[in-house]
Amino acid sequence: MNLDLILGILQIVLIATTPLVFAGIGELVTEKSGVLNLGVEGMMLVGAVSAFIILVITGSYFLAFFVSILSGIIMSGLFAFLVLFLMSNQIATGLALTIFGIGLSSMLGKQYIGTPIDGLSPWFFVIFSFLIVFLVSYFFYKTKAGLILRAVGESHNSAHALGYSVIKIRFLSILFGGSMCALAGSYISICYAPMWQEGMTAGRGWIALALVVFATWKPERVLIGAYIFGGVTILQMNLQALGLRFPGQFFSMAPYVATIIVLVLISSNKLRIKLSAPASLTIPFYKGR
Amino acid sequence: MNNLFPSIVSRSQSSGLMNFFVPIISIVLTLITGSIIFILLGFDPAYALYTFFISPISSTYGISELFVKATPLALIAIGLSYCFKNNIYNIGAEGQLTMGAIFGGGIAILFHDTNAFWLLPLMIFAGAIGGALWGLIPAILKTKFNTNEILTSLMLVYVALFILDYLVVGPWKDPFGYSFPKSRPFSESGRMPLLFDGLRVHFGLIITLFLIFVSWFIFSKTIFGFQLKVSGYSPKAARYAGFNQTTLVFFAFAVCGAFAGIAGLAEVSGPIGLLYRDISPNYGFTAIIVAFLGRLHPIGIIFASLVIALTYLGAEDAQLFLQIPSAVGFIFQGLVLFYLLGAELLINYKLTYKKLL
Repeated sequence: MNLDLILGILQIVLIATTPLVFAGIGELVTEKSGVLNLGVEGMMLVGAVSAFIILVITGSYFLAFFVSILSGIIMSGLFAFLVLFLMSNQIATGLALTIFGIGLSSMLGKQYIGTPIDGLSPWFFVIFSFLIVFLVSYFFYKTKAGLILRAVGESHNSAHALGYSVIKIRFLSILFGGSMCALAGSYISICYAPMWQEGMTAGRGWIALALVVFATWKPERVLIGAYIFGGVTILQMNLQALGLRFPGQFFSMAPYVATIIVLVLISSNKLRIKLSAPASLTIPFYKGR
Repeated sequence: MNNLFPSIVSRSQSSGLMNFFVPIISIVLTLITGSIIFILLGFDPAYALYTFFISPISSTYGISELFVKATPLALIAIGLSYCFKNNIYNIGAEGQLTMGAIFGGGIAILFHDTNAFWLLPLMIFAGAIGGALWGLIPAILKTKFNTNEILTSLMLVYVALFILDYLVVGPWKDPFGYSFPKSRPFSESGRMPLLFDGLRVHFGLIITLFLIFVSWFIFSKTIFGFQLKVSGYSPKAARYAGFNQTTLVFFAFAVCGAFAGIAGLAEVSGPIGLLYRDISPNYGFTAIIVAFLGRLHPIGIIFASLVIALTYLGAEDAQLFLQIPSAVGFIFQGLVLFYLLGAELLINYKLTYKKLL
């Protein structure tokens, strides 16, 4: 192994893992406020296709990312409206969002399959992904607003009694999650691929969901977890390229198995699960109760 | 003077009338939204809706296809209702379906040159066992280690899919299949018998109807169904009454897994006839919509499975005649679930105008 090869692999890992960091940190903020949004994959796909279409039409990278993030805000806003104001079941609503997003992105993107674009260099986003993790971490543990957000996720009734608007805080957290997922999607269609394909996020949304649990709801661990998951994927591709006869599927399922193991480890201890998972996760808030 | 906006007030008892109307309201709203989407895309909405919802079932073959698609959806949805009635969020039916197909299909591959009457019953049994075992993993983890079943059942879907992928490109690959990732075809006696000549609707439909009937009996006529329901409404009351929550969780997951497993086996031994990567177009997830749309009621689930099956067929026709990607069916599925979940508010809450003065 020479230095160039190691640097090359490192470079690939950085570029491939960045969308996981974005989607993971977005979902983390949403879940910290007590809301589980299973629509990550759907929001990523709609984000990816809207960025791609706008880039083809206008040629402006700025507009592409802007509209993409807007699409994430609209998609997650729809989710937020249903779960916060109509108190719908979060699990089913999130699944509906993913199913809807898969359909919508395929339909919008149909005529753009195979359209060539000039990809954007990923490095700005790679650096930004590290930055955003530290910003979120700072926000959670060093600012009052972050403390309030976490309080809402732990006990919405207490937060409400203290005079904080549970609905408003959750709404903003969901929108942040949606915009990060859309950013992850647009990064894939404009920097990483760069092209549009139906279902091109290829299950990264589900890995991002696993990632938040794997990270036991802690921002820095999202970063570490993302690089473990991303590294395993790249390792698998390289081993296969080297002709090693090891079934790659076992690498591909590793993130999911690892997440289940972590979940078992933290859940089996009552104190540990209290310290990790937001206590109000998936429980709707209703003032009159 | 009345307030401008209605306020939401909790009902003391959920509304039975609304329980009936909410699915119909949501289907109507979905059709309206669908028409708007078609207009925006520049299609004549009447023609588009006709292509989507009428033309697929305007022939005997089409109606048979509707039942082919509705069979797995209804079977998985009725299984899910064992979990959902008890507020257990098993969202991993897709994985349980895959495991059922692997176990049952594995038997078929093992006996690929055998033609015997016992082969299919053995496969169905193995499919049920495979699905139930996969469903029991989240149940064990939930009861022993207190893990959240939503996350574990979801993660296990992808583990099952990768196991299937490994099997069909690896040990179970068809030795005469060149390099295609698929298994040997099942022998004739390892296939679901067809109900009518020339149509694809198969014996799985009969199994599904039978299991729906059994479930109706369990839900409405047995103490177990009663325990399931009470424990869903109020876990505290159930504990006070001495119902064993652990047993209920195990039972719900095992039944749901077994049903999904049979659905998976019925797919691979019915219309498909071998194992390969894409045995299910998301039936396990779509069945969640069916369960909700059917209000967890056996009769409701039968109707809901037909409605959702139509979105699959309509999408295929839309691709053929309107040149829009078949994924448009997912838009309708997503929309109907959105409206349903939103309108569910009307069942448990009511809107009232509070007097300001």
